[in-house]
Amino acid sequence: MVDLDAVTRGNRLELARLLTEVENQTPAGEQALDRLFARAGKAHLVGITGAPGTGKSSLVSCLAKNIRVAQKQTVAIVAVDPSSPFTGGAILGDRVRMRELAGDPGVFIRSMASRGELGGLASATAGVVQVLDAAGFDFILIETVGAGQSEVDIACLAYTTLVVESPGLGDDIQAIKAGILEIADILVVNKSDLPGAENTARALRANLDLGYHLHMNHNGAHRMTIKENEVRNTPAWTPPIIQTIATQHNGIDEVVAEILKHREYLIDTGLWQKREQDRLRSEVYHLLQTGLVKRWQQSTPPQVFERLLQKVFARELSPRAAIDSLLNGSYN
Amino acid sequence: MTEKKIRVLIAKPGLDGHDRGAKVVARALRDAGMEVIYTGLRQSPEMIAEAALQEDVNVIGLSILSGAHLVLVPRVIDLIRANGQEEVKVFVGGIIPEEDIPVLTQAGVSAIYGPGTPTTKVVQDIRDAFSAV
Ligand SMILES: Nc1nc2c(ncn2[C@@H]2O[C@H](COP(=O)(O)OP(=O)(O)OP(=O)(O)O)[C@@H](O)[C@H]2O)c(=O)[nH]1
Ligand SMILES: [Mg+2]
Repeated sequence: MVDLDAVTRGNRLELARLLTEVENQTPAGEQALDRLFARAGKAHLVGITGAPGTGKSSLVSCLAKNIRVAQKQTVAIVAVDPSSPFTGGAILGDRVRMRELAGDPGVFIRSMASRGELGGLASATAGVVQVLDAAGFDFILIETVGAGQSEVDIACLAYTTLVVESPGLGDDIQAIKAGILEIADILVVNKSDLPGAENTARALRANLDLGYHLHMNHNGAHRMTIKENEVRNTPAWTPPIIQTIATQHNGIDEVVAEILKHREYLIDTGLWQKREQDRLRSEVYHLLQTGLVKRWQQSTPPQVFERLLQKVFARELSPRAAIDSLLNGSYN
Repeated sequence: MTEKKIRVLIAKPGLDGHDRGAKVVARALRDAGMEVIYTGLRQSPEMIAEAALQEDVNVIGLSILSGAHLVLVPRVIDLIRANGQEEVKVFVGGIIPEEDIPVLTQAGVSAIYGPGTPTTKVVQDIRDAFSAV
């Protein structure tokens, strides 16, 4: 159905069609992912998140342009916007801010709707990113609106995560509440042409310092998967705070320089590999869980499960005892 | 877990005007459960075709206020067909003089919606075109 060789040779129509299959999680899409897996793992995945309207798309556009011109590398962009929970529809408007990338064959932009399924966004996004990676893009920029668990998941996918703030946006307290600072490898204060930018940057710095005392040697290794003792000997990465004006291409060189520096840091400390392995480990583990449950369901009549549930409802069995008896076959 | 969505690109080619009408249609399509890629004002036919390709859309809606539709619309269609997107449907919304309608239809436009067309009609037409898929 989809011509994978064409995808890896750079056929953009085939690539676009494959992305649809992967996004829809069709059997054709999943088979393609299996076959492309060996080719992926080379791209630098960069997550860009932050509150609505802080200028993420504008910034992504600037970053892509800069990477194209100064680094002579290719860039794919995945821009995720929320689906309406009521209708399942979505308006995906990030391209509006990416006009200046039009006509460049070294850039590929794809908009995605979150489609509201729990955990589904992360896996669909991971699939889309894997295809773009296998298609040979050097950088993959992933834009998500910072509003919950999903961007933490996407931060897990990325090697480098940028959190974008802008002045006067309910400021620092909110950012901390959302736990969003913790996922930042690089903090960007965009719209620095507006009043209050210095204050925002200062507040971020203060919060960051506080956070770092609490989290000790956090190392940019983030997301709790890494035990402290495993990284104790690695030098810490302190997220830089950079002020930008995306609408004027101001401060972009510095952001790109920090992205490259962060990559170097991850590689030098072995965290690049560790991060990738942690992600793959949890993916395999997750699939194992789903697979085992599915197999168990196929081999166990639903009445057995239902009968056991009734006993739990009647408080004759605790949930744990119920599962024990299910798994060791001693039920009934 | 297969989930198919109708993907629609809404674009406003040409140099004129505002995009209020385009936004109204975009919202109606979203409310009908479609995924709408909105590209904004002043899109060249090349930009529209590129976006349609990358986004693998099923439908392109072109919002035209005045003037150059006889040039812009066939150009968009030529480009998307040349890209290999033969099956993509193109509709046009805006003020199109009566005598130009056959020209656009001839060029491959599947529907033309004048001012005051209820958005429910646009939604229904798109649904009908894809109910078989
Ligand atoms: N003054 C000023 N405005 C900016 C700057 N960067 C972006 N904007 C404007 O801020 C608005 C939102 O920009 P986007 O890039 O769409 O922001 P976003 O974070 O991607 O928005 P969502 O995807 O909707 O969350 C637009 O009107 C931009 O022109 C900046 O540096 N300074
Ligand atoms: Mg955006």
